[in-house]
Amino acid sequence: MNRFALPLALFALLAVVLAISIRHSPDKGTIVSPLLGRAAPGFALPSLTDAQHVVRSQDLKGRWYLLNVWGTWCAECRAEHSMLVEVGHSGVIPIIGLDWKDEDDHALEWLAQLGNPYQAIGVDHDGRTAIDWGVYGAPETFLVNAQGIVVYKLVGPLTRESWTQDFLPRLPPRTSAGL
Amino acid sequence: MCRSWLLMALMIAMWSVRSAYGIDATSIADPALEARYLELTHELRCMQCQNESIADSPVGLASDLRREVRNMLLAGKTDDEVRDYMVSRYGEFILFRPRFSARNAWLWLAPPLFLLIGLGVAVRVVRQRAALAATDPDVPDDDGRS
Repeated sequence: MNRFALPLALFALLAVVLAISIRHSPDKGTIVSPLLGRAAPGFALPSLTDAQHVVRSQDLKGRWYLLNVWGTWCAECRAEHSMLVEVGHSGVIPIIGLDWKDEDDHALEWLAQLGNPYQAIGVDHDGRTAIDWGVYGAPETFLVNAQGIVVYKLVGPLTRESWTQDFLPRLPPRTSAGL
Repeated sequence: MCRSWLLMALMIAMWSVRSAYGIDATSIADPALEARYLELTHELRCMQCQNESIADSPVGLASDLRREVRNMLLAGKTDDEVRDYMVSRYGEFILFRPRFSARNAWLWLAPPLFLLIGLGVAVRVVRQRAALAATDPDVPDDDGRS
């Protein structure tokens, strides 16, 4: 009995540690962004819809906004677009588009066909801004608060479910959102 | 037999020219920088295809990240500055060689620790047995006398 007590205790301890680790291990499919809880990276990009205009992160200071990374080459972006249009039209929060490594005329055609939910769209041809945001697969949607802090990041298409479960509860009450 | 040796020689030859015929066509004039570039791009993960390094991946993001690595090296940044740049954007996951940190310290320290414990146990067992044999009257000693 005594001979087996110590190995058995060690085994039990290891089993408990592993069980807890497995229970608490994050979802393998998504990688937690190091940006969460930190200041959103700044950007200044040419606007897709207005050649004279530059979309700047500074102009968004003091406001909550969504940054949605998309491209016409991205099939999942098409899947989420109707939900984006719905959110955009609801006026709950402005959506800023980041058109990632895309052709401008394709992007404009896409918006003409499917509707434009964005308040402004910055064009990121060389993908530098996307790297600053740690983007690795479109679509991705970031929620940024009035202090310019990244509150939440969704990798994959925005669905009604993720909108009501992950985004809406994180938004401030409408009166304080300043919208 | 002869054929397999030939094949092996060919593979070794291919390995040495992998940078010339791989996904990545980048070349840097300075051989020292080129070597660091190859080293770094092979140890950074392609976040889109996760089991490939950015050096081996044909996707657009990997080539963007290779371009960043190249530009940073040409701008005189150190290897650690390049790694920090990547980690601050994509997290530790982008490194194929995880760094030592408080969170994963036990992973690094556990194997040597277990080895020490095992050695300790082994030494104790051997000593106990030796002591047991020395005091056991049934064991014949070196002269063969009981």
